[in-house]
Order: sequence, then structure tokens, then C-alpha cells
Amino acid sequence: MDAFGLDGLDELVRALIADGHRVIGPRRRDDAIVLDDVTGVADLPSGWGVEVAPGRYRLHRRGDDALFRHSAGPQSWKRFVHPPRRKLWETTDVGFAAAPDDERRLAFLGVRGCDLAALGVLGRVLGARSRPFIVAVDCTEPGGLCFCASTGTGPSVGPGYDLALTERLDDTGHWFLADAGSEDGERILAAVTRRPATADEVAGALRDVTAAAGRMGRQMPALDLRQLLHDSRQAQHWNDVAERCLTCGNCTMVCPTCFCTTTEDVTDLTGDHAERWEHWASCFEVDFSYLHGGSVRTSAASRYRQWLSHKLGTWHDQFGESGCVGCGRCIAWCPVGIDITAEVAALAAERSGDDVDV
Amino acid sequence: MSMFDQLSAFALLSGMSPTHIAVLSSAAKEVSFAAGDRLFHEGAPAKGCWLVQRGCVAVDAAVPGRGSVVVQTVGPGEVVGWSWLITPARWHFGAIAVAPTVAIELDTDQLKAFAEHDSSFGYPIAVALLTMVLDRLQTTRARLLDLYRNPADTPMSPL
Amino acid sequence: MLPARYVVTGRTVETADSVTLRLEPLERPIPRFQPGQFTMLYARGVGEIAVSISGDPSVVDSALTQTVRAVGAVSRALHDAKPGTVVGVRGPYGVGWQPSLAWERDVLVVAGGVGLAPLRPVVLTVLAQRWRYRRLIVVAGARTPREFLYSDELKWWSSRDDLALELTVDHAADGWTGQVGFVTQPLARLPLDPAATTAFVCGPEPMMRFSAETLLRRGVPADRIRISLERNMKCGIGQCGHCQLGPLLVCRDGPVVDYARAAELLSVREL
Repeated sequence: MDAFGLDGLDELVRALIADGHRVIGPRRRDDAIVLDDVTGVADLPSGWGVEVAPGRYRLHRRGDDALFRHSAGPQSWKRFVHPPRRKLWETTDVGFAAAPDDERRLAFLGVRGCDLAALGVLGRVLGARSRPFIVAVDCTEPGGLCFCASTGTGPSVGPGYDLALTERLDDTGHWFLADAGSEDGERILAAVTRRPATADEVAGALRDVTAAAGRMGRQMPALDLRQLLHDSRQAQHWNDVAERCLTCGNCTMVCPTCFCTTTEDVTDLTGDHAERWEHWASCFEVDFSYLHGGSVRTSAASRYRQWLSHKLGTWHDQFGESGCVGCGRCIAWCPVGIDITAEVAALAAERSGDDVDV
Repeated sequence: MSMFDQLSAFALLSGMSPTHIAVLSSAAKEVSFAAGDRLFHEGAPAKGCWLVQRGCVAVDAAVPGRGSVVVQTVGPGEVVGWSWLITPARWHFGAIAVAPTVAIELDTDQLKAFAEHDSSFGYPIAVALLTMVLDRLQTTRARLLDLYRNPADTPMSPL
Repeated sequence: MLPARYVVTGRTVETADSVTLRLEPLERPIPRFQPGQFTMLYARGVGEIAVSISGDPSVVDSALTQTVRAVGAVSRALHDAKPGTVVGVRGPYGVGWQPSLAWERDVLVVAGGVGLAPLRPVVLTVLAQRWRYRRLIVVAGARTPREFLYSDELKWWSSRDDLALELTVDHAADGWTGQVGFVTQPLARLPLDPAATTAFVCGPEPMMRFSAETLLRRGVPADRIRISLERNMKCGIGQCGHCQLGPLLVCRDGPVVDYARAAELLSVREL
């Protein structure tokens, strides 16, 4: 493992750009930490932290200059590998032509364990599209809505990164522990001024990351969720959720793995030139399940059931894993603060015959 | 085949004991109808019940201007005629053979007498009839769903 | 994901709202289809819908036969497509009927309304390889006698002695001397060898449920009753999420599934 300071991180970003990457990382904008192009350390949200609760997300000034301690924001990396809106193809009298791909390879800077897992989940649903260069960061400061420790996706980053960083703020200053996870990662790391990390430094970082697992604000009940959701198809609790749920679809938009899309066909005025566009859709939309004449899922209860059952249950049947990575975004960005972990607990209580209010 | 064997082979009566089948046999006779033969007219006093073995019987109603409208056909293994069971015992619909038809006709006066005399006979026969009625009701309900309509033809409320 | 261009070379009016289109490729044809599979048909500038393939799988050419009922904007545009119109075709997609599951067995085909369209390839497959199968029974229901698809072909089927055809309508019309009733009526009384019967059922969902339940009562095993599910399909390849029915992505895991698998899913409202 290697170590480098803030200058080293700046070199890393510049090395990625020099290598032809478009580097995306966290930035402060509109009172939130968003994901956008970064050209150096100066663009990163130094000293900004986040306070989250159900239906709540606020930035605050930290007492330090940490760059990556702001838990999950309103966006996820999904928007770069699976854009909210994209042209699929266009057609004229002479045939169909696929929309050209953006040639530039992406590099993601600051991907936490939950989001790295989410990129893997998305890739297994949508198939291999061009893979970004990933600079992951271990999480030492989980937010109040995080539960990645109980979904097995954090706080330390899992496999799949090119470089993994652990951000350190201690007596020696502000520095990063770095580990290369691929040949590409090693090649880029070689362009950064660095030194070997000491065994104590590595152990200290590991200790802090491990300790973070115990400071998660939420916990997903440790149950066979696939079975629970299967057993809960006729649960009364769906009606309880429907009393609160606005079916706005925010949870599906902020979820780093929700992948559903719909298409839109457009023509010019003559009708000679037509295009097909794909954009994100949500299972909370009434016409999502439209079948000639009407929709299958019209009640709010059935649409929430679909979302939760798919995310935690039938995702296993379809793709061999869970669709939830424990990032907590759906809780923060739900306008009425519906908490996925609490709803699961309530379903489990209903199944076991207890009457528990959430 | 004896009447006993014919009745035993009729699926609807599979819940009845040999003793009861024997009782039923004494009120049963084989009948046949040519296509166009009418079994009964709507409005007439209801007597008789036919267990169709071969052929096809149409249940119909006369609708002025439309003639005779067939609401359902009854084929082998099915039963036509149950209005005799309930007062005032009049046929609500008519029944006409639309193909050469062979059936077992039950003398329903005798049947009622047996059932009233011995409820251990009356109950299974009532269950058999109810099974048939329920089947008919369910298929009718299925048709009421109008499942094959074009969903674009949404019926509009006049209000 | 890019459609192949096909041109409409034939258009047969089936009923007041349905036509059968013959489509021929302008360039590359799509791969050969299996009975029960569907394509995504694109009407230029209007949109794309899933349409089952109703052609004869035993005919080896690159043409596609698809029956379209005008129910919405896209199906109306396809329904109205005159010969010479170019459409986009993707596919074939999905798991089909797999008629080979019924080799050495009795084949019972049960169709309701336009549900006959995806079943036609099953009947034609059995007729083309008649020796592989035992009895062939086709039960088809329609709203009125005029609303049966493939009426000329039905006449031919009814004249064959290696196929038992049972047609039934909801509403009789002048001149109709056939059955009046729901498809479950013939299913309840037909002579069957239940343990040796494989049923292929397609039509509106309640019709498939009622039919399957009738067949279960007759003793046909649930895993020998195959039904074709219908859900909203946008992509056809399991990536858009619209066609989910519980654990199933209908476009990928279906549309044809065993009733043993589907029964519990169809019994949950709004699943």
C-alpha cells in the first residue's frame, strides 16, 4: 500500500485526465454534494459534511478539511453509466442508425463501498457497457441513514476498483492510503508522487474502517428478505405504507440500482426522420404497468409493494442477488421519510404475528 | 349398457352411492331428439331433467325482432332442465336439440318424491344439481366479463 | 437493440379489428422463431409494441407472419400498414410453447379471442410433424362467430380427421349452429387422457386461469399446462423492468410459463 498527500490526489486527477478520462467526482452545488466533472482537488467539497435523516439532507461545515466524508448525496454514479435520457437510434428511409457513444472513458473519483457494489449490480442487469476507471474510497464516517454494513457492501470497498483510497486526517496531516486493484490502477498510481505506507498506518486505517461498521445509522433486519417479501405479498402493511407514500418515485430516481426505463418516439414535422429515446422510468408511475386498456398496478400499495419486493426479493430471482446496497438515499430523499429498513421490520413483524407500528 | 351403468358413468353423479344410482335408474329413461326437436318451451310448466350423453342442446329465448336467441349450448356430460326443482316450476328459457341428441331423461316428479321421502338420497342429488348449476353460473360469469372485447372500445357512461 | 427493416408484403383482414401481416426483410432477417415467441414491431415515429408471431414455423423462409389487433396508437398504425410500408423488427424474443414437450402426448390447444394468434404455430407444428404427437384438440372461443381469426384455416382444420376442433362463442349470430358458451365448457366435458395431455392455453388472463383450473380439476398436471403471459413490454430483453410479474421478467422468462409457476402469481391482485 502507498500513501500520498493532497498534492498526490491532485496529481492523480491530472494523471487520469492526461490519460484521456473525463473525471467525475463530488462537488458542492445547490446545497448538496453532487457528482460532476472535476479537474483537481480544488473542485472537491473540502470541509463539507452532511447531516441526514428520513426526508432530510443538509450540508454543514465540518471542523476539518475532509474531502470524502459526506455520505450519499442526491445523485448516484448511475446517471453516468445509465443516463437519465439518451438517444437509442434514429431512422429515415434508408434505415436505422444507432446513436453514437460518447468516446471518452469516464473516471469516477470517490466511489464508496455501497456505490461500488451498486455499479456491479447495474452492470449485471444492463450488461457490460464501457467500464469506468474507479477510484473508490473506504468509508470511515457513515451517515445517519447508512446500512451498508448489514447489506454486506461496506464500509470498506469491495472488489471492482482500480484504485481504493482511505482518507486520513491525523497528527501527520491530511493524506491518503492507496491500493491499486488493477493494472490500470497501478499504471495511474505510478504517475503520483507517493511513499510506501507503514504497517501502523495500514492497521490504523483498517481499524477506523472496521469501527465505522458499528456506527451505521440504520440496519437492515438480518432475515431472508427474499422469503420475507415472498411471504408478504398479501400483507396488510402495504396499505399502511400506501397511507404515507406519495408514489412520487423519488426513491427510484435516487436509488443507485433502480434501472427501469421507458422509451419515447419522436419525429420531425414531415415524419421522414424519427428518433427513439430512452429515459428513466419508475415503477411508481401508474402507466408503468400499462396493458392495452389499463394498468396492472393502480393502487399505491401495489406500486410500493412492487418496488420493495423487487429491490429486496425478486431481484434475487431475476439477477441472482439483492438490488439494495444500503446507501440510504431512498430514506433521505423520500418526501415523507419512508424508511426501507423500518418497512422491512414491520413486514417481518406482521408475518410473525406481532403488531408493530413503524 | 344398463341404465344403472349409464348413470354410473355420468361424471356429475360420481358422488352418489350405487344404492342411490339404483333408485335414480328407476326414474330414468333413454330418449333421443332429432336436430330441431324442442325439449321444452319457455313459460311452460317445468318437468323433466336431461343428462345429455351425445349431441347438443341449445338453451334459447324468443326475442321479438331477433327471433330465437341461443344463450348457451349444452353438450355431452352436461345437464339441461332444472327449473322443476324450484316453485313455481316454469321454464325460464326454452331448449332445443341443435344436433341429433341422446340423453337420459329423469322423471322429476318421481325424483322429488324420492328426495322428500329420503333425505339421504335428496342431499347427494341436490349437491350434484348444485354442482351443475354452479358450473353454469361460473361460465356465464366468465362470459359476462366480455374478455375478448377490444379494450379500445371502452363503454361510456351516459351520465 | 437496432431494429431490422422489414417491408409489409401481404395484409389479410381477419376480423373487424385484426389483420395478419406478412413481413419480408429488406436487409438482414432476424433469427428463426420458435412457436410462442414474439417480436417488437416498430411503426415509424409512432412506437414499438410486442406482437406474437403467428406464422408457420415449418416453412423455411425469411418472411414473418404476425397478427395485429388495433387496440392502441402503435397497433393501429401497424394494423393500417399497407403493403410496401417499412416497419422495424427486433427479436424473436422470449420463451415459447416448446411443442416438443408434448411429443408422444395428447395436445390440447385452448385459445380465447386473439389468443389464437400465438397458438397457430403450435397447431401448424403438430400438423407438420403429426407422427410425433397423439391426439390434437383445438378449443377456441370468440365473442361472436365473426371474431374468429383464421376463419378459412379453421374450416380446413375442422375438415381434418386428425384434429378435433371445438369452437364456441359468447354470442351466437344468425346461421351459427355451433356451441355457445365459454371455453371451459368443452374443457370440462371433452374426453381427455389427463395424465398424457399437454395443454397450451392463450387468451385474456382470467380466461387462462379459468381454463387451467378446469384442466386441473380434470387431472391435467399443472406443469403440463402452459400459458402465455402478457405484461407491458418496452425492451423485450429484460432490461427495462416493465414486464415484471413477481419474480418473472415476462419478456425473458416467458411469455410462456407453466401454470405450476404462474398460478400463485396470477392469484395476487396487482402483482
